Amino acid sequence: MSVIIVLLIASISVAAIFLFAFLWSVKNGQYKDEISPPVRILFDDATPTVQQQPTEEKNTNE
Amino acid sequence: MATEHTSIQTTCFHCGEDCGNHPIEAYDKHFCCEGCKSVYEILNNTGMCDYYTISQNPGNSQKIKVRENKFAFLDDESVQKALTVFKDNNQTHVTFYLPHMHCSSCLWLIENLHRLNKNIISSKVNFSRKEADIVFNHNHTSMRKVAELLTSIGYEPYISLQNLNQLKPRINYSKIYKLGVAGFCFANIMMLSFPEYLGIDDKDYNLTYWFRYLSLLLSLPVVFYSATEFYNSAFKSLKHKYLNIDTPIVLAIWVTFIRSIIEIVTNTGSGYLDSMSGIVFFMLVGRILQDKTYEQLNFDRDYTAYFPIAVSRIKNNKEETVTLPNIQLNDTLLIHHSELIPADGILTKGKALIDYSFVTGESMPVEIQMGEMIYAGGKQLGSNIELLVIKEVAQSYLTKLWNRSAFKKKEHKNEHSFVDALSRYFTYIVFAIATIAAAYWQFHNPEKLWQAVTAVLIVACPCALLLSNTFTNGAIIRRLGRNNFYLRNANTIETIAKVNYIVFDKTGTLTTGRYDQIEYDGIPLSQTLKEKLATLTAQSTHPLSKSIVQWLQVSGNRKIDGYKEIPGKGIEGMVEDEWLTIGTQEFVLKRKEVIDNTSTVYLGVEGKLVGKFIFKNAYRPGLRGLAKQLQKKYPLAVLSGDNAGEKNFLQSLLGFHSVTLFHQKPNDKLQFIEQLQNKGYTVMMIGDGLNDAGALQQANVGIAVSENSNNFTPASDVIIDATQLHRLPAFIQLAKANKKIIFIAFAVSILYNIIGLYFAVQGVLSPLIAAVLMPASTISIVFITYGLSNLYAKQLKLQ
Repeated sequence: MSVIIVLLIASISVAAIFLFAFLWSVKNGQYKDEISPPVRILFDDATPTVQQQPTEEKNTNE
Repeated sequence: MATEHTSIQTTCFHCGEDCGNHPIEAYDKHFCCEGCKSVYEILNNTGMCDYYTISQNPGNSQKIKVRENKFAFLDDESVQKALTVFKDNNQTHVTFYLPHMHCSSCLWLIENLHRLNKNIISSKVNFSRKEADIVFNHNHTSMRKVAELLTSIGYEPYISLQNLNQLKPRINYSKIYKLGVAGFCFANIMMLSFPEYLGIDDKDYNLTYWFRYLSLLLSLPVVFYSATEFYNSAFKSLKHKYLNIDTPIVLAIWVTFIRSIIEIVTNTGSGYLDSMSGIVFFMLVGRILQDKTYEQLNFDRDYTAYFPIAVSRIKNNKEETVTLPNIQLNDTLLIHHSELIPADGILTKGKALIDYSFVTGESMPVEIQMGEMIYAGGKQLGSNIELLVIKEVAQSYLTKLWNRSAFKKKEHKNEHSFVDALSRYFTYIVFAIATIAAAYWQFHNPEKLWQAVTAVLIVACPCALLLSNTFTNGAIIRRLGRNNFYLRNANTIETIAKVNYIVFDKTGTLTTGRYDQIEYDGIPLSQTLKEKLATLTAQSTHPLSKSIVQWLQVSGNRKIDGYKEIPGKGIEGMVEDEWLTIGTQEFVLKRKEVIDNTSTVYLGVEGKLVGKFIFKNAYRPGLRGLAKQLQKKYPLAVLSGDNAGEKNFLQSLLGFHSVTLFHQKPNDKLQFIEQLQNKGYTVMMIGDGLNDAGALQQANVGIAVSENSNNFTPASDVIIDATQLHRLPAFIQLAKANKKIIFIAFAVSILYNIIGLYFAVQGVLSPLIAAVLMPASTISIVFITYGLSNLYAKQLKLQ
């Protein structure tokens, strides 16, 4: 019997941890913007890819 | 050499727009304008060309240049203060609204601002709100410089008077918290209930005490926190002596709760705590689904969202920045090209060409003579002007109009939903059943009376109705949103279904608001005459002249002498050997004008009439089909602030029973709607600019048409994308289907209630039956509402 009680308390505490994690994430503003984070994660970290081209004179047609 | 490129269509490397006949070539790439090229240069020089690899042609067209010094007002301290979110010794946090943001490249670039200016410490984008939180070091750079940097890369911040007055509404997360707590408690209570449902060994029987009391403990947050969502509205409705759907639900929750406590304490049963917390959980889900909001849209805009935050004032021959509320009588304001006039005033310097389309719906810009009045809300086209203020901002015609009480009237919109009425009948029936059951058991077995009555109340709570309603509303709102028809809230669906009179605005709603279509009537123009004409019209900045230049499609490089522009009349000049005049009838023919309702420009050669250009509004595509469908079912009306030039066309378009009124001022529109409502009509008004704002508010359903998502729409119940206007009948049909779907879902869920009642009246409703019925009925409701709304949408050919 005591085992079941222990398991019960353990399972509810685990669930409670997830509940608090959820409440915290809402409070933290993680649901404020659902578009940018998934896009942001795909960006490479700053790796400047300078397209060094000899500065040709612009030949505008105006 | 430009002609070489005309055959192949080149698109701008930066913005992806067609480069036209004269693409700019640089760095092996084509650009449509100098602006796009310079953005590319900035990014190329700082090694930020990743911008172009994330999405294709991510930029915004830079054809329209932003005026230099436009952001000079950001040097003003009171403006800075209004925009600053947080400030300490080194850092300033500011949030800019960047309406041009549209793709992942934009996101990347704006979040890498610090690479363009090392004094920008960080920038973080909120894409759904199109905002960027920027932190910069104000000792080394300024807010103005940040704004100018953003502008230089094509993301001009939009700063309006609204920033000065209003705090951003905070999103309310309380429902989500409540849902989280309810979900946690529900899941655990259910888990604790299983042993009893499945049967528990006698020797472990004392375990059930543990389970039951733990369940009771877990149900407390549900009853005292999560369910408060329903208490508030139930309490409010009781205060107004009106029974809404939440009242019987609260009753059921409390009956269930109290009965469960008694059963547990007296050790006679395990109560219905799992069913109760489950139903609270599902009802909260429904409410949240129904409250779908579109963060990027704002349904509550007033005139302040359109007005600039500050303008230039000339004081002692010096230009200075003044915030709008600080403009005083007799100030001289300097209004730049395409700036909005913030206060009523008199023109004292410069050539004023005011576009009032936003305020009055007139599509033609008006030329104003020196000493004449200019009203707030107009937009100056052309060069800079000076204006003597004769009424402060708060006293201006437009502002006063807006602040009038009629413009704010909104109460009639909170009509009671049919769901509330339905739930009331439902409640009466339930009470009747409960009374009959009570009477029966009173005679036969009084001990069972309490059990039977409470069980009836538990089973028959109209939560199924609430679930059907909220889930259906949520599904329909999402459907419509996917088709760019955005609803302010769920109540609007029901009102749309009730509409029986539809009123349109013309300029900007039925038409695109631009004079794109030109019809030429007269002696055919020869190539030489065309070129001469182009030479003459190219001299003028008047929008009609510009349209004619475009229409001619020839380049005019002829010699011109004696060019003269007479404001409000026309232009004339000697082009090579011919004297050309273009303008009003009076101007060209030198005789008194015959009243002409169309927008027509006459062309004279050597004083003789050659022909005339008739300017026509470009109507939105699909309008004929829209009108045809709508006029079968609804009386239609068009209220236009414009001249009656297109009356006949509109009548033929909308049918001969339709009402077409012209020269309508904002107040006339409002009153027209009010009169219809007094006659008992439920009116839908479809409009765009500020001139329709009052009517949109007054109407039972106000629909604002938006050209693109960056555009600003006046306060309304619905925002529709202009390209979707022709599908309005389908949207109305879907709104009507909403009620049917709710009825069907409710009818099905009643079957479950009847099964439950069958046990309840006998006083033998076991917690297990309740625990099976509740999720079963919820799941069937979800399937029915989503299935049916998909089916209807498909039938109506909606996405």
